[in-house]
Amino acid sequence: MRTPVIVGAAECDLGITNKSILHLQAQAVSRALEDAGLKIGDIDGLATNGISRFSATQLADYLGIAPAFTDSTFAGGSSFEMYVARAFHAVASGQCNVVVISFASNQRSAKSRSLGGVVEHHTPEAQFETPFGPLFPLSYYAMAAQRYLFDVVGAREALDEIAMSAREWALLNPKAYRFGAGSLTNSDLASSEMISSPLRSSDCCLVTDGGGAIVITSSDRAKDLKKRPVAILGFGESTTNSSMTTHKNLRVTGAKQSGDRAFAMAGVDRSDIDVVEVYDSFTITSLLSLEGLGFAEIGQGADFVLDRKTRPGGSFPLNTNGGGLSYCHPGQYGILLLVEAVRQLRGECGSRQVANAELALAHGTGGILSTNATVILGAA
Amino acid sequence: MSDVSEFPYLPLEDAISAPFWEGTRNRRLLIQWCTQCHSFQWYPRAICISCAGDCLEWRSASGNATINSWTRVHRSPAEGFVPQYVIARVLLDENVLMLTRLVGEFADNPTCDAKVTVKWQELSDGRALPVFG
Repeated sequence: MRTPVIVGAAECDLGITNKSILHLQAQAVSRALEDAGLKIGDIDGLATNGISRFSATQLADYLGIAPAFTDSTFAGGSSFEMYVARAFHAVASGQCNVVVISFASNQRSAKSRSLGGVVEHHTPEAQFETPFGPLFPLSYYAMAAQRYLFDVVGAREALDEIAMSAREWALLNPKAYRFGAGSLTNSDLASSEMISSPLRSSDCCLVTDGGGAIVITSSDRAKDLKKRPVAILGFGESTTNSSMTTHKNLRVTGAKQSGDRAFAMAGVDRSDIDVVEVYDSFTITSLLSLEGLGFAEIGQGADFVLDRKTRPGGSFPLNTNGGGLSYCHPGQYGILLLVEAVRQLRGECGSRQVANAELALAHGTGGILSTNATVILGAA
Repeated sequence: MSDVSEFPYLPLEDAISAPFWEGTRNRRLLIQWCTQCHSFQWYPRAICISCAGDCLEWRSASGNATINSWTRVHRSPAEGFVPQYVIARVLLDENVLMLTRLVGEFADNPTCDAKVTVKWQELSDGRALPVFG
């Protein structure tokens, strides 16, 4: 069996681009190929979503290729961590040789994001939840945060610290939307608008354009490519709920099963991980993911972050590009977790580089804490 | 209760859920009960998620519940909704979670783990939403 590795990673334009989704997709794919030292004709596998109903088909057509493998699993922001697993199997089995995983959104330019989310009228959620008027997905995360605040002392400060930590990282990343915006201050937090209590705008990810791509091929094929390959050591996922009322415990997410599966496959310990990228759609998402993944005990995540260890220079570098909160959030952020993890392992991150990063974890979350997928990567 | 116009989304019912919505016209809170494995479930389905059977009937719930969590919504999700209002997950005494709104004093001072009972919010077509307070 062949050993799949990651050989390319890139972002498309970020922020407010006034470009179409496929224009941004083409940027992401061609930049990732350039990074790898491959050409469009080398691609024979494609995984993407969010373009149209036939997303991978659409992108293949746009790029002028006829791939032997495609995947358009639609599971929100964790889809891209899931695609790593699917691409791994496709390359390992020989179904294809070079898979590009990509995503792009122009949601900010196109003003296509709605606070109520996309209502699909035939679903049980539309019958039994939409009539009450929740913000979607925001109000679900808000209820998870509310329960956490009710149960755990010091949790409000912990949510704020997650937002402040992300901002500190963004100040080191010239590509970050909040690069140059200065530190997030207590007065910024205090004046931040309440959206769905207890979550304020400072707890919520950005709404921007953006995206990226990574390239996966076999270790044999990687030998004559430009960059040192990144090893795919482990992956796991867990799908728990679509409805707002299926998952009983708002504080324990599928990150637990997803993380346990990835760590079991990788055969490494939590303490071995040098850099962690978790999906911070909201501050509470980071907190619950850190607990679910086992970096902190359940209920101890607040204490874990309050000593500022996740900030630049701290002992637990978290969301080193500035995260969805302060760097970029194009609707589904999962691809950018992978791009940053790869760059950290290659030592390409400049002033935000984590010294001697050898093991990285990327953890995606999708929907309303609905899907979780974890990938553990290693420097070759 | 709020004016019906503040509940602009009228749910599209189907063959499985029709008895529930019919019950709301008479202010009866019906949930599915599996006669084979003796468990309640919410939301209504064509299959029992405990035993995978289809021996499901409708039973009246007690209407008593506990607030699992809540959030006060400050922005409108769609045209016609009028913030602020409080969304909640409540755990019915029958051990199923429902999404709802809190009304009355519980809307003013919501708190997790508080006990609430079902009230009804009329919709413009004569059906009603179970809300709690």
